[in-house]
Formats: sequence, C-alpha cells, structure tokens
Amino acid sequence: MHEFVSFTLSGVTQGMIYSALAMSLVLIWRGTRIVNFAQGAMGMITTYVAITVVDRGDSYWWALVIAILAGVIIGGLVELVLVRPVESKPPLNAVIVTLGLLILLEAIAGMVWGGRYRSFPPAFSVQGVFVGSSRINLSPFDIFTICAVLAVMVGLLVLFRWTSIGLRMRAAAFEPEVARLLGVRVGRMLTLGWALAAGAGSLAGLLVAPNVFLYPSNMDAVLVYGFTAAILGGLDSPVGALIGGLGIGLALSYIGGYEGASLETIGALVILIALLMVRPEGLFTRVAPRRV
Amino acid sequence: MLSVHDLRVSYGAVEAISGVSLEVPDGAVTAVLGANGAGKTTLLRTITGLVRPRSGRVAYDGVELTSLRAEEIVRRGVAHVPEGRGVIQDLTVDENLRLGALWRSDRDDRKKALEEVYELFPPLDTRRRQSAYTLSGGERQMLAIGRALMARPKLLLLDEPSLGLAPLITAQIMALLRQLSSESGLTVLLVEQNARSALSIADQGIVLALGKVVVTAEASRLAEDEDLRHHYLGF
Ligand SMILES: Nc1ncnc2c1ncn2[C@@H]1O[C@H](COP(=O)(O)OP(=O)(O)OP(=O)(O)O)[C@@H](O)[C@H]1O
Ligand SMILES: [Mg+2]
Repeated sequence: MHEFVSFTLSGVTQGMIYSALAMSLVLIWRGTRIVNFAQGAMGMITTYVAITVVDRGDSYWWALVIAILAGVIIGGLVELVLVRPVESKPPLNAVIVTLGLLILLEAIAGMVWGGRYRSFPPAFSVQGVFVGSSRINLSPFDIFTICAVLAVMVGLLVLFRWTSIGLRMRAAAFEPEVARLLGVRVGRMLTLGWALAAGAGSLAGLLVAPNVFLYPSNMDAVLVYGFTAAILGGLDSPVGALIGGLGIGLALSYIGGYEGASLETIGALVILIALLMVRPEGLFTRVAPRRV
Repeated sequence: MLSVHDLRVSYGAVEAISGVSLEVPDGAVTAVLGANGAGKTTLLRTITGLVRPRSGRVAYDGVELTSLRAEEIVRRGVAHVPEGRGVIQDLTVDENLRLGALWRSDRDDRKKALEEVYELFPPLDTRRRQSAYTLSGGERQMLAIGRALMARPKLLLLDEPSLGLAPLITAQIMALLRQLSSESGLTVLLVEQNARSALSIADQGIVLALGKVVVTAEASRLAEDEDLRHHYLGF
C-alpha cells in the first residue's frame, strides 16, 4: 500500500511535466498541424540558459523568468524563420525541419556548454515531506512542479477562453482562411502560438532537469513521453494533454516501480504503439463529425 | 464603387477568370449569376485577397485591393461571406460574432454592433452561448451574415447564401439583403446559382460563363427577357 501511494505520487509529479510538454505539442499542432519534434530540445536549450544565469550567481527565480522568456523568443523566431516557409508545403517538409532543428539544437548545446552531465538546482528541497511521522514521496519541489504546471495550464485556459487575443488564436487555428476574412492577422497568431508553446516547453525543461541531470539530449525521452501523452489526449485537446500526461506519468511510475526502471522507456513506446493501433485519433477527441 | 478591370485568375494551368471587367455601383444590389464552374467563387475570393490574380485590377473606393492581404481588405470596408458560410463550428455563436469586429478599435461600437445583430436575428439571440456546431443551416447563414455585419462593411460580398436552404428561408435572407441595401445604403454583391431569387431583389445582374462576363443588364430586364433567361440562366 505504502509502495502504491509512493509510486502514485511520483507518477503525478512526472505526469505534470509530461502534461506541460504535451500542452506545447498540442498548441503547435492546433495552430499549424505540425508535430514539433524539437520541442524537447528547445526546452533543453533554455534550461542551459537558466543554469548559465544561476552560475553567474543570480537567483533561481530570475533564471526561471529568463529561461521562459528565452523560450518564448526562440519559439516565435523558429516559427517565423523556419516554419513559415514550410507551412504551405507537404507535411513531411515540416517534419524534416523540426527533426533537423532537434539535431541542430543538441549539437549547439554540446558545443556551447559541453556534453557532460550537470546537476541542475531545484527551487525547493527534493526530500519528501513528512505526513505525521513518515516521509512521503512528495517533496516541496514536486509540489512546486505540480503547482507551476497547473498555473500555466490555467493561464492558457484563461487566455484562450476569455480574452480576445485567445479568440483570435483559436479562430486562426480552426479556420485560418475564414479568420483572415474577419481581419485576424493569422501569421501573428501562429507566431504567438509557437512562442507560448515554447514557453510551456521551457518550463517542462526546467522542472525535469533536477531529476534527470542536464545534458544535450536530456529531453529526448521526455519528448517521447510528452508526445505519447499528447496523442493519448487527442493532440487537439489541451485538457486531453493534461489528462494524457498524468496517465503516462502514472503508467510509467507503476511500470518503473514494480517492474524496474529499465522498462520505463519501453513501456511508453508500447503504450504509444498500442494507442496508435487502437485509437489513432486519441482518447479525448470529439468523435462527432466536425464539418458538414 | 468597386471596379474590376480585365481580371485574369488561374489555378495552375486552369484559367478560372479570363478577362473580367465589371462595376458594382454603391448602395445597390448586384447579382452575379452563372453555372457551376463559371468562376463566381473565384471572382469573390480574388476581390478579398484569398486568391492572387495573374493580371488585372480590383479597385475599391480608389484603393487597389490586389496588393493587399485578406486581413487588410476587410479593414477597407469589404466583408465576404464565403461559400459554405464559413461559420467556425468550434466557437460559440457569440464568439463567432465578436470575432467579426475584433479588428475595430471602438469597443463601445463593437458592443453596439453585437446587439444590433442579435436584434436583426432573434434565433441567434437565444443561442448566444451555444456552439455554432449545433445551428441549423438557416441559423448558420444568419450567423455568417451577422458576423460580416459586425465589421460595419460598406460592401458585402455573399457567395451563394441560398445554398441548401429552404425556399422560405432563402426568401427571408434575400429580403433582408434588400432591406440592408435600401435602408442602410449597404452595397451588396450577391453570387447566386438561384437566379430567380437573386434577381428578385437585385438592381443589376451580371452573368458569368466560363470565366467571362456574357451579360450585364438591369435585373428586371434579365428576369423578363425570355431569350436571355433560357440561354444563360436555364429557367
Ligand atoms: N482551388 C482550385 N484549384 C484548381 N482549380 C480550381 C480551384 N478552385 C476552382 N477551380 C476551378 O476554377 C473554375 C471556377 O471555379 P469557381 O469555384 O470559381 O466556380 P463557381 O462559379 O463558384 O462554381 P459553383 O457554382 O460550383 O460554386 C472551375 O473550373 C474550377 O474547377
Ligand atoms: Mg462557387
């Protein structure tokens, strides 16, 4: 029982990180119908930016702000410079662009910061908190992780549901041509979508780094988990991304906990493949026909 | 006034518009008629910047539109209700409508326009928070027209508003367009296959065939002249 609770708690914490990454993938997919394979690598780069700020002696919080801003800027630039030219081309072109970017970013990180594993400081203690007299598998940093991701999700929800910029972004994503006829500057909305997505991806990178160390390919596995979570959620649904992330986090935590950590990655792949075979449209996609 | 001069538009090797010139006088209803594939949709899409012409000019109030993007053209007072209506099904009725005016900076007037549209279309008023996905065909057409009116356009382009609607609803929509033109001075450019209903409210009729203008005439003359009707409009 104690074991089960412990695996559940760590599953939820990890799941929130996968949710954040899944959310970035969903945002980009909704806006541009592109799977951004470089999402993890972009988060890795901004985590290096954060550690550089920390190394200079500045506070964690300052590093967090800078890293997320860097993510927003990188995301916007990537859309403007690399994605815009392939947006009207066959989908494979975009796949090649984002895969190329993934490799490029990992190479740049290796050249600038070196390939060695570095520990990344957490914002809070990673020691489990006490409930009564026993220590549970939930640290202050885990609580921070959960709250930070939830805050970002709520922020995005408010932006999309209740602001006019969010309304324009949704229109640009759903019906770009109609949106243009209504005066929405669709290109700007797509840039903004990539920027926000990359901001969320940066957060995921910062939250994952204390657990897995920081090195140029440290986000590769996380991207696979986040991608699986996004597919599980239907790729189109922000709520699906949240639930998908939690689902993957829990599944991996149980697999890792009961069967051994070496099975985690394989577990995720098995879930992904099974999902793509059984329900390629994801679990949270509206099945009703959309167009008449 | 909207004036189109020697317009040519092609999709790859297919020429859809082959040298069209026409004028749409202010404050009137102009109907553009023609069979499937005549180039009616292409004409409207070129006017509002969704398709780039190969050559020719489109000027509205002296401004050349062919070099502007679609999102800028609506800011010049030209609204376009596209073929199939273009209602965004994932948004609510209210969101669809508000979207139509978001580019305008006058907040108070945006609110005012919204209430005017709800007054004009009571069925929409009772469905403000409903997803546009749940609307009937007639309600969707109301939503599409209402949304275009949110921009307070001077020129309204409509691409086959009668498509898939019952005759009674079509007649209501046509009457509404006539009323908007007569009472508020809105210029209407109405593309229709349903020549009879379009001509019943139009001042001027233009017939397109295979990407060319074949007839321009007063709507009443076009509706009465049996030869013209049989030859070009098939009724
Ligand atoms: N996206 C496109 N790509 C290639 N050809 C096209 C495209 N759109 C239209 N066409 C061609 O251009 C010509 C004119 O088409 P258009 O849609 O403008 O006609 P229309 O008068 O609106 O017809 P309908 O009454 O059926 O709507 C047709 O021959 C059509 O096949
Ligand atoms: Mg057409």
